[in-house]
Amino acid sequence: MAVISYREALNQAMREEMERDPNVFIMGEEVGHYNGAYKVTQGMLQRFSERRVVDAPIAEMGFAGIGVGAAMVGLRPIIEFMTFNFSLVAIDQIVNNAAKIYQMSGGQYHIPIVFRGPSGPAVQVGSQHSQALESYYAHVPGLKVVMPATAYDAKGLLKSAIRDDNPIVFMEGETLYNTTWEVPESEELIPIGVADIKREGKDVTLIAWSRMVWTCLDAAKELAKEGIEAEVVDPRTLRPLDVETLAASVRKTGRCVIVEVGWPVAGFGAEVAYQMQRLCMDSLDAPIERVCSDDVPMPYAKNLEDEVQPQVKDVVAAVKRALYL
Amino acid sequence: MAQIIGLPKLSPTMEEGVLVRWTKKEGDKVSPGDLVAEVETDKANMDFNIEDDGVLLKLLVKEGDTVRLGAPVAIIGKAGEDVTALVAEAAKQGAGGGGAAAPTTTASAAPPKQMGVEDSAQAPAAQRPTTPPEQRAAQAAQATKPAAPPAAKTAPTPSGNGKILASPLAKTLAIELGIDLRTLQGSGPGGRIVERDVRAAAAGGGNGKAKAAPAAPAPAREREEAPEEPSQALAVRHARQMVPDTDADYEDVPASNVRKRIAVRLTEAKRDVPHFYLMRKLDAAPLLAFRARLNDLLGDRGKVSVNDLIIKAVALALRRVPECNAAWEGDAIRRYNRVHIGVAVAIEDGLVTPVVRDADQKGIGAIAAEVKDLAERAKRRGLKMHEIQGSTFSVSNLGMFGIERFTAIINPPEAGILAVGTTVDEPVVGKDGAIVAGKRLTVTMSCDHRVIDGALGARWLQAFAELFEKPESLAL
Repeated sequence: MAVISYREALNQAMREEMERDPNVFIMGEEVGHYNGAYKVTQGMLQRFSERRVVDAPIAEMGFAGIGVGAAMVGLRPIIEFMTFNFSLVAIDQIVNNAAKIYQMSGGQYHIPIVFRGPSGPAVQVGSQHSQALESYYAHVPGLKVVMPATAYDAKGLLKSAIRDDNPIVFMEGETLYNTTWEVPESEELIPIGVADIKREGKDVTLIAWSRMVWTCLDAAKELAKEGIEAEVVDPRTLRPLDVETLAASVRKTGRCVIVEVGWPVAGFGAEVAYQMQRLCMDSLDAPIERVCSDDVPMPYAKNLEDEVQPQVKDVVAAVKRALYL
Repeated sequence: MAQIIGLPKLSPTMEEGVLVRWTKKEGDKVSPGDLVAEVETDKANMDFNIEDDGVLLKLLVKEGDTVRLGAPVAIIGKAGEDVTALVAEAAKQGAGGGGAAAPTTTASAAPPKQMGVEDSAQAPAAQRPTTPPEQRAAQAAQATKPAAPPAAKTAPTPSGNGKILASPLAKTLAIELGIDLRTLQGSGPGGRIVERDVRAAAAGGGNGKAKAAPAAPAPAREREEAPEEPSQALAVRHARQMVPDTDADYEDVPASNVRKRIAVRLTEAKRDVPHFYLMRKLDAAPLLAFRARLNDLLGDRGKVSVNDLIIKAVALALRRVPECNAAWEGDAIRRYNRVHIGVAVAIEDGLVTPVVRDADQKGIGAIAAEVKDLAERAKRRGLKMHEIQGSTFSVSNLGMFGIERFTAIINPPEAGILAVGTTVDEPVVGKDGAIVAGKRLTVTMSCDHRVIDGALGARWLQAFAELFEKPESLAL
């Protein structure tokens, strides 16, 4: 199997799907001539022409709305946000149109659209550009929210997302584009709504998605030095959530720590914690722990920026609380 | 569809009850509101009225059985329905199929319904795998075997209100491994029993952080609750061996609910209420003469006792000194606007205090009739909850037993109780200085010092004495 980057995996997924289906097109800021702000659409303009790789003006509400309209009449748009921070400008199109039209038209209009782009804090881009907004979208019925952590998941899930007849919010990790993973050359679709066990363990279940999967894998290595075997479970899709895979792991270990880079209040981890206590009550040996970013807008200073976000030491500490150590 | 009926909460503080009498039998048709049984609770005998419609298919407990709140007592459904599965389910939940020991035993052990081994999502009720009875028996037997000794060695988990703190997993494991959580010391925060504590106990080592206390006598509470439970029985036997040797032969008489309640309430009262006592000797001659005249007038229409007159006098004295008709509320003194007098009545295995409401406003004859009725029904256990609640001051009279004077324990939240002795013939100094034969009666007022100071109590007793010694004022 080839080892490729997360960026390359996304690029392959879109190319393959655009080769496969002439109705698929991509639109967004700098996706064409500039080859993408994060170079995810590298080379696609040359391959597919300006008809299918459309540079949009800096007007998220406008091009997201065009995307929804295109989906209504049978195309399969991929709308790239330069980052999901800017999707807030277009959230009305996503929440009030994309998520609603199928139901409000009595099933007459499918909206097969993918809103994708980087999300989560990166490195020193300021508080307005350092947000994890998955809890916003996971709240909305009518949307599916996908958050791959590895190149392998990114490719397989983006291909499934493009083929899905429903609006998908596909949130990529802004700091994950250069990470690499083994990705098969043959076509492989990963179904939406299926969690993945990234590391097996027996003592505690770490639930995390996107970049926090990597943080948890590092924490698991630290914990292993002390003889604690952590299981890292990645839901990969927040909505629909594969509660059964998560719960099976929690039942096995009896302890659960949920790690997310978002803010604590009404964060998606709170929903996960609710589901886990509901499904695993008799198996829990300790209260479910959550590790989140601090409840503040992101500081710019590097040292503070690191301190605000969940780090390996925070995860290790939470695991030890759950193990009464 | 047949269903299991659990023991309902029949008094605010009830945790278990004794099923005194079934008033319906198997096969009887019942409708909502029908009386199906009488249940002795911690307070009184209560009516158990059913809320469902159908036929009583199976009675799961025998008369005289002690049943925990919510535990199955009967199965109701349509005539002819097969109840075999429900009987098994009920046995699992905590009632025996009528077995005498079963209700307390299984009910005080963790009821599977609440602490199921399976997670709810994994096994909804319909598909929950049921443990075969043999296997359960084996588990129970296991509990009496080596698993128990290490348990007996560890000190009971300290718990503020008698509640055992344990993680859900620890509870699940304890059921699986046959470990009695009450015998473990938790190593988690606040003494929470966690998985490792249960595993350590099962492995026979006791848990690491547990204090290796010598086998302390099992707390009385546990002995009362589950004397039949195997591991507990072991602990109790052990505890008895530790009692200093005595050649006094003895027999342990099981305490009734009423007895247990009295024990708890009076211990609390004597411990928590700062009592002090005021004693006064009264001239009883005028009251006795007054009573004789009243009884002459009544003829065969009734009889007034000295105690009835005292109840009236106490009520009027509380009107004159209302500061004593009060209760300590922690941050306030609650003054009652109505005067309800509790009258202590001895019953077969304890005492109850039925209440004469608004005694200050009732005529002596009415009080006499009411007390007579209440006392008779108290002896038959026929009092309703509202008839034994809400008194603001109490009277206890041991005069009929020849007791000259005694002190009584206050019945919280009341602030006082009057203990009444017998009438004694004794020489007294008359108005002219000559010694004459007189009749004297001694009363002792117990006061809650948080509410009543010495001078206030004395003032009340003075008011009482005046009413008592000029009994015609009781008719005003």
